[in-house]
Amino acid sequence: MTTVYVPMDAAAKSVGADQVADAISAGGGSELRIVRNGSRGMLWLEPLVEVESGDRRIAYGPVRADEVPSLFEAGFLAGGEHPRRLGPTEELPWMRAQQRLLFSRVGVIDPLSPDDHLAHHGFAGLRRALEMTPDQVVEVIKESGLRGRGGAGFPAGIKWKTVLDAPGQTKFVCCNADEGDSGTFADRMMMEGDPFTLIEGMLIAARAVGAAEGLIYIRSEYPDAVRVMSQAIDIGYAHGWLGHSVLGSDLSFDLTIRVGAGAYICGEETSMLESLEGKRGMVRAKPPLPAIAGLFGLPTVVNNVLTLASVPAILADGAEAYNALGSGRSRGTQVFQLAGNIARGGAFEAPFGITLAELINDLGGGTRSGRPVRAVQVGGPLGAYVPPDQFDVAMDYEAMAARGFMLGHGGIVVFDDTVDMARQARFSMEFCAEESCGKCTPCRIGSIRGVEVIDRIIAGEDREGNLALLGDLCEVMVDGSLCAMGGLTPNPVKSALQYWPEDFNR
Amino acid sequence: MIVTLLVERDYGTPASTGTGLVTLEIDGATVIVPEGTSVMRAAATAGRDVPKLCATDTLSAFGSCRLCLVEIEGMKGTPASCTTPVAQGMRVTTETTRLQRLRKGVMELYISDHPLDCLTCPANGDCELQDMAGVVGLRDVRYGYAGENHLDAPTDHSNPYFDFEASKCIVCSRCVRACEDIQGTFALTIAGRGFASKVSPGVDQLFFDSECVSCGACVQVCPTATLSEKSVIELGIPTRTVLTTCAYCGVGCSFKAELRGDQVVRMVPYKDGGANEGHSCVKGRFAWGYATHRDRVTKPMVREKITDPWREVSWEEAIAYTAAGFRRIQAEHGPEAIGGITSSRCTNEEVFVLQKMVRAAFHNNNVDTCARVCHSPTGYGLKTTFGTSAGTQDFKSVEKADVIVVIGANPTEAHPVFASRMKRRLREGARLIVIDPRRIDLVKSPHVGAAHHIPLQPGTNVAVINAMGNVVVTEGLVDRAFVDERCEGFEEWAEFVSRPENSPEAVAVDAHIDPEELRAAARLYAKGPNSAIYYGLGVTEHSQGSTMVMGMANLAMATGNLGRDGVGVNPLRGQNNVQGSCDMGSFPHELSGYRHVSDPAVRKIFEDKWGVTVQPEPGLRIPNMLSAAVDGTFRGIFIQGEDLAQSDPNTHHVTEALSMMDLVVVQDLFMNETAKYAHVFLPGTSFLEKDGTFINAERRINRVRPVMAPACGKDEWEVACEIARAMGYEMSYARASDIMEEIAAVTPTFSGVSFAKLDHLGSLQWPCNVNAPEGTPIMHVDTFVRGKGRFVPTTFVPTDERANRRYPLILTTGRILTQYNVGSQTRRTDNVAWHPEDVLDIHPADAELRGISTGDWVVLESRVGATTLRAEVSERMPVGVVYTTFHHPGTGANVVTTEFSDWATNCPEYKVTAVQVSPSPMSRVSAEALTGAELTTAGATPAS
Repeated sequence: MTTVYVPMDAAAKSVGADQVADAISAGGGSELRIVRNGSRGMLWLEPLVEVESGDRRIAYGPVRADEVPSLFEAGFLAGGEHPRRLGPTEELPWMRAQQRLLFSRVGVIDPLSPDDHLAHHGFAGLRRALEMTPDQVVEVIKESGLRGRGGAGFPAGIKWKTVLDAPGQTKFVCCNADEGDSGTFADRMMMEGDPFTLIEGMLIAARAVGAAEGLIYIRSEYPDAVRVMSQAIDIGYAHGWLGHSVLGSDLSFDLTIRVGAGAYICGEETSMLESLEGKRGMVRAKPPLPAIAGLFGLPTVVNNVLTLASVPAILADGAEAYNALGSGRSRGTQVFQLAGNIARGGAFEAPFGITLAELINDLGGGTRSGRPVRAVQVGGPLGAYVPPDQFDVAMDYEAMAARGFMLGHGGIVVFDDTVDMARQARFSMEFCAEESCGKCTPCRIGSIRGVEVIDRIIAGEDREGNLALLGDLCEVMVDGSLCAMGGLTPNPVKSALQYWPEDFNR
Repeated sequence: MIVTLLVERDYGTPASTGTGLVTLEIDGATVIVPEGTSVMRAAATAGRDVPKLCATDTLSAFGSCRLCLVEIEGMKGTPASCTTPVAQGMRVTTETTRLQRLRKGVMELYISDHPLDCLTCPANGDCELQDMAGVVGLRDVRYGYAGENHLDAPTDHSNPYFDFEASKCIVCSRCVRACEDIQGTFALTIAGRGFASKVSPGVDQLFFDSECVSCGACVQVCPTATLSEKSVIELGIPTRTVLTTCAYCGVGCSFKAELRGDQVVRMVPYKDGGANEGHSCVKGRFAWGYATHRDRVTKPMVREKITDPWREVSWEEAIAYTAAGFRRIQAEHGPEAIGGITSSRCTNEEVFVLQKMVRAAFHNNNVDTCARVCHSPTGYGLKTTFGTSAGTQDFKSVEKADVIVVIGANPTEAHPVFASRMKRRLREGARLIVIDPRRIDLVKSPHVGAAHHIPLQPGTNVAVINAMGNVVVTEGLVDRAFVDERCEGFEEWAEFVSRPENSPEAVAVDAHIDPEELRAAARLYAKGPNSAIYYGLGVTEHSQGSTMVMGMANLAMATGNLGRDGVGVNPLRGQNNVQGSCDMGSFPHELSGYRHVSDPAVRKIFEDKWGVTVQPEPGLRIPNMLSAAVDGTFRGIFIQGEDLAQSDPNTHHVTEALSMMDLVVVQDLFMNETAKYAHVFLPGTSFLEKDGTFINAERRINRVRPVMAPACGKDEWEVACEIARAMGYEMSYARASDIMEEIAAVTPTFSGVSFAKLDHLGSLQWPCNVNAPEGTPIMHVDTFVRGKGRFVPTTFVPTDERANRRYPLILTTGRILTQYNVGSQTRRTDNVAWHPEDVLDIHPADAELRGISTGDWVVLESRVGATTLRAEVSERMPVGVVYTTFHHPGTGANVVTTEFSDWATNCPEYKVTAVQVSPSPMSRVSAEALTGAELTTAGATPAS
């Protein structure tokens, strides 16, 4: 019996993984077991087929369905040579260069196999947590230095402590899986590739803060993630990992999924909470913090998928091991996502501190078009554009901020030298106008006016006056907006103006 | 208290309920405020108003306009002062060049999407956007006006009272929040997002077609001209304010009458009003136009026979005619042959003087009040058990209730402003029990739902309340400490209610209830910890009304739910001054303050003051007067503002009695049904012309102040004085406050009341005397007024009015939000847009059986009469019960109601009439013609 892995990750499926799996299944007979795993993150190699060979796997990719017969002919089930043969997966340069904590199981296991999860040290972290007091769990997270992966980088331990200390019997753990930043897909890969780890992270969070109910808010654009997570939750209940008395302990935790309705702003935590309450996704003013008055006004942990999924390893291996990784005040690893015009796009997990140059040039291989890189946008649509002469910047929260950039959720979108940065600046305002919840004035009206002002600049109308107006508008949006949506929109605009002024004066 | 336009201070965010104090520094000044206060409010208290648009102190902070940014030492950025709470030692700066630049930048954005028609805008001079543009020094909009905008957004004129001019909307959401937080209707929302965000009633509906109840809260909070009263659009901004009190229901909302000259431009609820705290309903807010309606009769009229035409006469002639008529009757038929009826629509001063006219000038006790037909059982029941004829709480108390029981009341329709308060508490998590045959709105409405709805059969209240008592006693839920210390008669009552025949299971069949549901409700009530009962005419207007009031009192005592915030037994009074008219000694057996006429010590107080002998025997009640009239022994009556012929039960009996009398004097605003039988018509004054006081359901004495001179040239109390004088009893007052002085002098519970004190404190809740100089919000705190609370066993005696084969359905009656009582006022306003006619609600099963569909004309017939109206098939109704309102004289709902009444007080049994409903043989067209004709000829009166 030979096991063949064909990813069921949405990115792999989008380039034909299902057809490849069907073709292999049709040609393989009874001696073949196909496992639909998550993606290894080398998206330029998808569909990436792996064949189990002893304790290793041999990778072939990218494989087209019509190439499958030739794989059989080449004896790929025994690791035979083929133009698509890449060699042992773990020895591929992309894989060897990584340090996978968060993604240690993604692409490796069958995402919905309880046995696989347990065989890969699943619930080691939860078991440790169940032996501790809530305070001790919180302390471990604090010591680990784990920070929120949603973008703001707020220390997770402090947030949990606030929820733990908040008075009240009913508390919630909410997972923000409304991953809407351009060029990001790590949350999706996590949910599709290793859902039990996310569930385990939420169970630990529940243990730490005294919550008995959790919700995962998944964007509607992720139907595969919704399906896999739902199945994982059902399996979790069937195995006593969810519901009453988790793993036989005194922890009870119910978990449900809520699917968004297509609003970017619902990735902002307070909007997400409004949406979870069945209301229009509209930002709340803070204070009160969600940790004190969150879902239905009750104390609530709101963490990103990657934050929660980092937790089991921290508990299992100890705070110290985690804290040993990273740079500056950014501890542990981050899954960086390479996208846009890039030769080798995908998810790459490394400790904080890796440079943009390493990610884009060494790992990503420059642009897909082969033209020179002109700009990259880091941290989603609200992140600054970074010019190549700044690629030496270390990917950690503070080092990026020191140069006016934003790490955000770790998404990196690459543009070649054909990009018009004035159009990109306009797009930033347009995106804000499209996705603004409409609550605060600077964002609601400012973004529309921003588009109009940049249009006038591009058209050469009173360029000086309009540039000054744009500057004033950016100040009002930064200082005046209610949330980060309006407050950060000027980032890409200002960076475009700063580094590519010539594009605004053609 | 006449002032120029009263602009209430807006602190931006609501006052904090925090107890600790926080000291901080704002612009260098030290400020001490309660913890939880916003920086904005703290700054306002220090005289540093921070610019704002989305904030107003009747709504919780929202943080959307971003004008109120401040700088706070140690905090990054420029936090919004509305959403930032104060902290000890905080140092706040409200004005810096940076802040000025930001605010100007925000205003520049606002104005880039706003019409520039300030000079012709209805809000010119009353617009916060305009004010803020001035405050921040906006001089230029560099974006121009050619960008994307909403200037073409259409205006919604659909509401009769206000326009929604969407092009002027700044999307601050104040209207949406007011609809949710203050009114609790959730009719408005923001549709779309980003720049496309817009205020929308429902899903793209017009205001009129939406769930909007026209409470006016949105109009009130709108900072621009977007939501404007049509009257302001037509007349302009008002220039002066008179504080007064609404004259509709027993909630007694305080209003700012805003005027230009003597013309009312709008009525705006007053934030400092104790009963309403700045909220209103469609009637008080908008439906005041009847006061100047062309139908008003302003000249006295006289006729010899009711078949003669009316003849306009001078006041002198009318009064002389009246006095001579009454004297002649007394001379021929004895002193007891005449009497008077006081109105719950009139002021305490007017009522007091009228009952004094009867007792001192008529020399008898034949005075009764229209409260007879609504809340007389409340008086009897609460006096018997607690010792005083009034509700136990203030309205604010509901904010502390954990369990709210609504029995035979429909607050969202009949007491809407209190209902909003109640709903707010329910949204905060209080549990609700509704005991009512109909599935009223409270049972299920946005964000409010009843934990238990007991849809009992009309007429079985007492059985149900006894069953609740049974559960409390037999399941060990009695508050023994409270009962032992503060009550008497418990053992006898406990033995009575715990009898098997009083168990939920035993009464289930007759009461049509689910015994388990009732048990659960009783447990919920008993466990509270704070449980409050609110009830209405569905309790009182039964043949066992007084029994039921005592039954509720028993239950509250047994569970210790009296004497503190959040509990109590609370009547929701029907009329603006039903409490006051009862307090003023309008009953034939009681002098003011509920003191029996048989008590010589009490009589002496009045005899000394009035210089006459007060009769020691109680006089006639309204039903006795009518019966005596039919018998020929009662021959003359003075009716102050009540339309007996429309509002009292068994219309045929009433009109027969009236037509037998020699002299019927009606004092009213409009020609009404009763006036058809009158010989003298004396024009009355509307609430906009009255000077005096009303007392609401929470015993709150509110001032009513005139905004214009009486249209008829005389105050109503003056007319009573003149009649008394013409009959030989010297009685006169220089002004209304002198009457209150006399009331205070002869009534211990009012001894501390004066107009001066009311003007100073705003309002007072009686008892107000040396023991409670500023009044008494909550009664029976340490002891009951009668000493020990008295348990009274309440045996259920079913009414004789039963459904039978001929009349198989039970009719019950009620009210609707937009109309009031017999409708004489509201039908003379644009409120008719919502409720042009009374309809009969009937369950689908009963309708199908009779071949009736919604909109069909049906005949509603009881053993005493029949009427025709349209049917509405509704699942709100239980099977076997039909329902209608009595707002329109054309319907004549009281043609079918019977003469049965409360055993103790004769309060009529409006709520239970056996009827049959059948499709009308009349064609639709002729029925319409008939109704139309009656509507145009029949007036009605602000009575009952």
